Amino acid sequence: MASVPGYWRERAQRLRYEGNKCESCDEVYFPPRRSCGIKCDEELKPHTLSTTGKVLTYTVIRVAPTQFVDEAPYAVAICEMDGGGRITAQLVDCPFENIKIGMPVRIEFRLIQKDGHHGILMYGYKVVPV
Amino acid sequence: MVGIVGYGAYIPRQRIKLEEIAAVWGADAAAFKRGLMLYEKSVPSPDQDTITMSVEAARWALARAGVDPKSIGAVYIGSESHPYAVKPSGTVVAEAIGATPDCHCADFEFACKAGSEAMFVGLSLVKAGEMDYVLAVGGDTSQGAPGDALEYSASAGSAAFIMGREKLLAECLHTYSFMTDTPDFWRREYEFYPRHGGRFTGEPAYFKHVQSASREIMSRAGLTPKDINYAVFHQPNGKFPRNVGRMLGFKDEQMETGWLSPWLGNTYSGASPMGLTAILDVAKPGELILMCSYGSGAGSDAFIWKATERLVEVREKAPFTRPQLDENKVYLTYGQYAKCRGKIVKAD
Repeated sequence: MASVPGYWRERAQRLRYEGNKCESCDEVYFPPRRSCGIKCDEELKPHTLSTTGKVLTYTVIRVAPTQFVDEAPYAVAICEMDGGGRITAQLVDCPFENIKIGMPVRIEFRLIQKDGHHGILMYGYKVVPV
Repeated sequence: MVGIVGYGAYIPRQRIKLEEIAAVWGADAAAFKRGLMLYEKSVPSPDQDTITMSVEAARWALARAGVDPKSIGAVYIGSESHPYAVKPSGTVVAEAIGATPDCHCADFEFACKAGSEAMFVGLSLVKAGEMDYVLAVGGDTSQGAPGDALEYSASAGSAAFIMGREKLLAECLHTYSFMTDTPDFWRREYEFYPRHGGRFTGEPAYFKHVQSASREIMSRAGLTPKDINYAVFHQPNGKFPRNVGRMLGFKDEQMETGWLSPWLGNTYSGASPMGLTAILDVAKPGELILMCSYGSGAGSDAFIWKATERLVEVREKAPFTRPQLDENKVYLTYGQYAKCRGKIVKAD
């Protein structure tokens, strides 16, 4: 069973794609971090990701976790978003043979998983070709 | 003056052709095409529902409106396929666009006119000065029972409008609603698919209400079909809206732009609102638009809109409706369609 409080706590990043950004070095973090530990110790400010970006790399999942079995096979991509920040998301509405590294993509709001027949519906982001 | 500040539409990319459905049920595809003027319809992916499509349409509406989401005082979603039986769709949409927490929220239901109800109430609240902006959405992932006539038309799509008093891209000149108790289409509690009265859905239901609402609003506005540039009616199939428009005295050219159903299907609560978005994509400042919804049960909401100069300035800020319908389509087999629409029941 999915964690309802866990899904609720992450609603800003799942539903609105809110990460954060280091005021000093401009590094964008998604999901948001508590501090910019890699480069500096400056305070991080809220930052909403751009909804457009490009594919950095991807893979095709053929043996899926239980909750995604009905969706397999499906593509998962790491995308660099315009203005900074990276997301890992399903790349949908695109035949696998058309997926290319560097291809432009756009975030779309989708249903990510259902908690069985009786539990909550969990929404979030996937990417689609532009 | 009140009206539309921003609008947006969302259509899923998947389609199924009418022949593919007819072949499974041994039906005469050519007769269906002739009789209903339907050629293909949109199909939602398993990860798309009324909430996801409404969020996408609302984000495009915000892009055109250029208003702070926090200034939206109410979020109303009209649909007969709200994903939850108990829990609002509007809360997810409001949270996703950043309109929470200073926001009124409600889900509307009235068969296929739930979307225009949301628009009507939103306009009224803005007109009353209760709030600056209201988001009103009409959308559905329509259900049609396997083999039923509805299966050839029930499709998916959503249209969103931000209503306001300033920065209007279309002024609302008049509204009028016509409603009677006419049980032509229904779904009882715990039932998965709706039922309908066959031919009873025509003359005493769709045609009576759409004609009555359209005639009365034009009468109150002192307008005739010749004065109106575009007309869009509820689109349960391709044939009904075309016929009702002709009965009212409109020419096909006035209806062509908003007539999406032959290639989109019936998006239920999204049907006439999505037709309106296609018209707003091309309308010139000063042009008049008649929109008339129809919801079984039964009633029609009619609106007369007047395009403004701002429409031309902002419409490029989001995707147009017609290209979403015509481009990047993915055609499904009936088996893929059945899986997408939950028509295949797996063992637990």
